[in-house]
Amino acid sequence: MSRPDSLESLKNRIAGIERLRAVETAALAQTGHAGIDDALGGGLARGRVHEVFAAEAGDAGCAAGFVAGLALRLGVGLGMGSGGTLVWLREAQAERQGGRLHAPGLVEIGLDPARVIIGIMPDPLAVLRAAADVVRCAEVGVAVIELWRDPRLLDLTASRRLALAAETSGVTVIGLRIAATPSPSAAQTRWQVSAAPSLPMEANAPGYPAWKVELLRQRGRPSGSDWRVEWNREQACFADADCGLNAGESAAIAAASSGAVLPFSAGRPVDAANELRRAG
Amino acid sequence: MRQTNCDAPGDGRDTPLVLVEKVRGAMRIAATCPQAAALGLSPGMALADARAQVPLLTVTDHDPAADLTWLERLADLCDRFTPLVAIEPPDALALDITGCAHLFGGEAPLLADVAHFMARWSDDVRLSCGDTPEAAQALARFAPAGTSFESEDATLRRLPVAALRIDEETQTALIRAGLKTIGDLAMRPSAPLAARFGADLVDNLDRLLGTADSRITPRRAAPALRFERRFAEPIGRTEAAMAAIGELAQEAAIVLEQRGMGGRRFIARFFRSDGRTYDLATESSLPMRDPDILMRLLSERLAALADPIDPGFGFDMIRLAVPRIEPLTPAQLQLEGGCVADEAMAELVDRLSTRLGRGAIRRFEPRNSHVPEQAALTLPAVDLPAPAAWDAPQSGEPPTRPIHLFDPPQPIEVIAEVPDGPPHRFRWRRTQHHVVRFEGPERIAAQWWKHAPGKSPKGGGGLTRDYYRVEDARGRRFWIFRHGLYETEKPDPRWYVHGLFA
Repeated sequence: MSRPDSLESLKNRIAGIERLRAVETAALAQTGHAGIDDALGGGLARGRVHEVFAAEAGDAGCAAGFVAGLALRLGVGLGMGSGGTLVWLREAQAERQGGRLHAPGLVEIGLDPARVIIGIMPDPLAVLRAAADVVRCAEVGVAVIELWRDPRLLDLTASRRLALAAETSGVTVIGLRIAATPSPSAAQTRWQVSAAPSLPMEANAPGYPAWKVELLRQRGRPSGSDWRVEWNREQACFADADCGLNAGESAAIAAASSGAVLPFSAGRPVDAANELRRAG
Repeated sequence: MRQTNCDAPGDGRDTPLVLVEKVRGAMRIAATCPQAAALGLSPGMALADARAQVPLLTVTDHDPAADLTWLERLADLCDRFTPLVAIEPPDALALDITGCAHLFGGEAPLLADVAHFMARWSDDVRLSCGDTPEAAQALARFAPAGTSFESEDATLRRLPVAALRIDEETQTALIRAGLKTIGDLAMRPSAPLAARFGADLVDNLDRLLGTADSRITPRRAAPALRFERRFAEPIGRTEAAMAAIGELAQEAAIVLEQRGMGGRRFIARFFRSDGRTYDLATESSLPMRDPDILMRLLSERLAALADPIDPGFGFDMIRLAVPRIEPLTPAQLQLEGGCVADEAMAELVDRLSTRLGRGAIRRFEPRNSHVPEQAALTLPAVDLPAPAAWDAPQSGEPPTRPIHLFDPPQPIEVIAEVPDGPPHRFRWRRTQHHVVRFEGPERIAAQWWKHAPGKSPKGGGGLTRDYYRVEDARGRRFWIFRHGLYETEKPDPRWYVHGLFA
């Protein structure tokens, strides 16, 4: 056998062992945000592990909101059949420190609490053990695994195991990591989420949930871009938050994030005022 | 009905033993061993007097709680004879052996079996059989040893009136009237007795002689179904015992299927030959009878035990009880697979709840309350198989309720421009937050109807809360509230952060 041939056969064997994923393409779920969907090549892959990082404990609430939005986009609560359930695993300590998940708050995001099962575990080991069971159950739609800080147990092996189980069963796994530093893992995508100023409503009231989302890494595609994203509950999709900012804030954010300066457009308060005038 | 009467276990020493307790500042005897009783010591006597009479006295503190624990363990042991075991504090067990005696070859062999079994645990056990629990107890406590049980009624009639469990005063009065035995009383018409000594006496007499119905109150309700297996030789491995449980599970599945029922709760009980018992309990959110699933749940429970099951000298009996059964019709498979999905989810919930405890896996349940922390409950998912419906949010509004809720709310230091105005900046967890945007207040009043009338509303629970949705310079959104109305309710209201928005 010539050398290139043997190399080729060896490569094939390794590919067979690794179950190369290029062959099986995952179904994609659109996020609704054009920029993010473009960067992801169409949307968020189902049956994969995605990681969402919040750098500080103070961002726990906003990261939870972002994850709830992702879960909705992945089809939680649509139809009573398979794939409609969200299982959210947390540590008891997170429940005490970061506040417990509040069902009316989930409703406000658009998520039906009846489709949510929460697991409150004593330690990270229990969370990961339960996660292994949850991810293997194909009837679960989305499994959220919330871990605080950097538990030593969550290493490459553990995340690889989760990823393999998720590929087999088709359950989408979202690893929510609060106050954690991104580290190598088997995740398909890795995000960093922090709070962003919302577009003000009338009378300078806080507006819809808004985040600064950065795509830290994704498998097989370029990464590194960031967006300011808003959650639109009525359409249950992510939307671009930059277009509604007024000039001053937009410039300030552009200066802060050194991103592209977006064209000025009328902010929501102006619209609201117009509508009021029309109504009156 | 059978009666076991066990005194506190002695330590087998030669010196007389008494247990003492402190009664109104003096040490008094609470219980004595037979040897001490023979020396004239009796409960209620002062310890100093007893020491004067019997200098060589072993004295131990009386510990009623430990006695009761011991009695509970003995009651667990007796579970192998009948499921209906009751504790009669401080020193007796009552077993309802109705319908059980024939399994042991009759009452006398059963009694011998119990005596043999109990001999390992206590050297002073008094057993007797009676038609009613009261009769059995009276025979055990008052009948002289060696009484034959054939003439139960005659024996009962010879017992002293003390066997009726009546107070000292009535006893003395009865004896003075010449009524010394149960037989004397039974011959009298009951109306004058009731008129003179109270209706209780007549009731007790009727129950003792079996003319009135009487039952024991068992420690546990008898399970709806139970399946047990006795082994000729104790089996020494837990795996083998689990395999036998598996066979019982299959028997249970057949019976349940015939009845069209499924179990919601299963308890596997291992009886060790030296009398210890171990329980493995599991619950399911939907009625089920599949032996494979049941065995998987029980193995989960076994693996999750903090204190593993120790087979010791082996198990001589195992039992599978199904205390809770509910109708379970054969499942119809749906074309779109809905039913199967629900079952798979239920199984996942059961498995995790069995391993981590029933409180670990929860579902949300709406509550009709305007108080934010009471608006939603999380209940064990095992108890809530059917998801509840939730109200849709107001459209066109940003979220008005936070996604994370602190319980209890966390205190913050707030600087506001005016005391009853919106917050300007606040300090939470050692960080300053400058409020850039706010909305509010949303005033949530206390539950005034829950407070006693006449009580001032200035009390801690009755304060009105003014909630603000605020956003700080970094874009974090908080739900904070002022606890109490400025000046009308409280001169210096405190502030709390109650939740975090997405």
